[in-house]
Amino acid sequence: MDTLEKLNILADAAKYDAACTSSGVRRGARKGYVGNTVSSINGCCHSFSADGRCITLLKVLMTNYCIYDCRYCVNRRSNDIRRAAFTPKELAELTIAFYRRNYIEGLFLSSGVIRDPDYTAERMIETLSLLRGTYCFNGYIHAKAIPGAAPELVTRLGLLADRLSVNIELPSEQSLRMLCPEKDKRAILAPMRQIKDQVLENRHDLTRYRHTPKFAPAGQSTQMIIGATPDSDRHILCLSQGLYRTYRLKRVFYSAYVPVVEHALLPGRDVPPPLLREHRLYQADWLLRFYGFTADELLDDAHPNFDLQLDPKCVWALNHPERFPVEVNTADYEMLLRVPGIGAISARRIVAVRRWGRLDFDALKKLRVVLKRAQYFITCGGKGAEGLRCSTASARRALLALEAREHTAPMQQLSLFRD
Amino acid sequence: MNWTTALYEYDGSFDGFLCCVFDSYIRRERPLAILCGAQEQTSLETIHSVETQPAHARRVAGSIQKCAPAALSFLRRAFLTCLPEKELLLYRLICRLYDEGPAFLHDPTDPTMYPICRALRHLSGELEKLRGFVRFSAFGGIYAAEIAPKNRVLPALRPHFCARFADQPFLIYDRTHKEALLHAGGRWTIVPMEQFSMALPDETEARYRKLWKTFFDTVAIQSRRNARCQRSHLPLRYRADMTEFQDEDYFAPAEAPQPAGAAQPSVGGADGLPEFFQRPLLQP
Repeated sequence: MDTLEKLNILADAAKYDAACTSSGVRRGARKGYVGNTVSSINGCCHSFSADGRCITLLKVLMTNYCIYDCRYCVNRRSNDIRRAAFTPKELAELTIAFYRRNYIEGLFLSSGVIRDPDYTAERMIETLSLLRGTYCFNGYIHAKAIPGAAPELVTRLGLLADRLSVNIELPSEQSLRMLCPEKDKRAILAPMRQIKDQVLENRHDLTRYRHTPKFAPAGQSTQMIIGATPDSDRHILCLSQGLYRTYRLKRVFYSAYVPVVEHALLPGRDVPPPLLREHRLYQADWLLRFYGFTADELLDDAHPNFDLQLDPKCVWALNHPERFPVEVNTADYEMLLRVPGIGAISARRIVAVRRWGRLDFDALKKLRVVLKRAQYFITCGGKGAEGLRCSTASARRALLALEAREHTAPMQQLSLFRD
Repeated sequence: MNWTTALYEYDGSFDGFLCCVFDSYIRRERPLAILCGAQEQTSLETIHSVETQPAHARRVAGSIQKCAPAALSFLRRAFLTCLPEKELLLYRLICRLYDEGPAFLHDPTDPTMYPICRALRHLSGELEKLRGFVRFSAFGGIYAAEIAPKNRVLPALRPHFCARFADQPFLIYDRTHKEALLHAGGRWTIVPMEQFSMALPDETEARYRKLWKTFFDTVAIQSRRNARCQRSHLPLRYRADMTEFQDEDYFAPAEAPQPAGAAQPSVGGADGLPEFFQRPLLQP
């Protein structure tokens, strides 16, 4: 089988993984090495595929042979598909050639489990060592830690890669038992905990010994499949919040389940992937990480799922009329962040600019505040937007109409490449 | 003494622009427009041709730096944007800086600052896109790429590409501004270049193009197709120069083995190129 055919099979097998970021690490060029990872803080997108997702890394599997039979997965043992495996040399050459043509920012390497987890991890380490050593590659590498592999192997993987990830895939233990009877929760969480501990330990060592080899400098991430199991949004969001806090994850990715197989326990093949639900989860995820919200504020037992018609921030604001309107000239940064239509960047701009003079609606527009959303929640110098008189109910109606207009065309996906 | 008005004409360089400021203060003239050399004369107003003198430029640069240390690099970057009449807007900014000090520089909503800040945002947006979207093709060890940006991006893109591909001789040709960034062995230069065309790919190059196209087509998930989202992140104007959006011919290698040296990008009217890249790489 030639490289073209292998690439076709193994990229196809890897495409359901949502993680494709190159953010979180800045490493300058080194003499004699190819590449660096100093693009921008957001990482660097090299292309956008027909589904609108960014392509940053060469995302492939080492092999799609797999000993497991997870029901939701295209590569499960019982699925009748073509199988292939890259040789380490082949993959290293491909990465370098793509990198030099500026097609990619680096390599995303995952693998089906062949023989046993240890053997699989060793094959991946072999490839990455070749790439880092013989081919002198200094660009970005994202590697999957294989659940069940020996801790020493995870350590070696972490020393070669910039970011490690272990996919949780299913948001509850119950779903896991139902759909992947051969995996268990402990096998997934063990490497996550190990990576967290080692990253912390490594950071500590680095403050004392400057030349300590870096362990997964861009941290770790994970992914959950949305819509394959009956778990609620509240459950998923609380889990993410827990992961961010206890495991210090950099990112949790949500992947709307694309039916790849007919199975009694899974949604049918004609069910479209729940893209809007995925979008709402990403919006909420951003609120957790950058806007100071907690999962309990966004969802509760009475509302375990997100309103598909309105984004989570607007829903929160409409449910808390006592906190609004906010006076932009005096409100503190934390409160500005909670106003729909004001993002982290515009909130920072507001705080910086209002030191030099009072802000009015025209100035807010220039600072790129989304006034069509924010106008219902703010005042400038004690005055609301001109000609706008509204109650909570009419604000809700207006925001709903706005949202409906934006989503008439196919769903926009929130960009995945920001950290 | 009263200030008079005049039209100014200069050579298009940043130093030249600083000399316009110098001349305007020496001659006590407010420019009505600052034209770049090649533009046609449409007015009966007298045109003053500004001569670029490094000493004058240095004096203006020094005086700006004295008012606000960060302003000079801000102006330099703003000078790369495609803002219409940017010279006049920047001239007014400098005048205000002299008159009232640097306080207004902190306020992006200020009427003088706002159009410039907006243009700068446009520039950084384009830079961020191009850092990812530039596509190199290898021709016998030299990597060549072509872009058609709206802003003059090459000076701002240079540090990124020169650091990333430090060991790689490459050329990026800017079709809009007819100039090229050349880099080899740690040296770089940006030279005007009238014409440039990419040669046909050899066997290896065609193979990698095909591999990339295959990867690009494969990673898209059919049931999530979303052309609007793709277009908002990757506007159509960038696609003309991107490997994955080319038609069939682009992926076919040159048929007959080409005469040695023909597989080089051909460069019209610029002799700098063979001189710049090391000879053994380019010699037939």
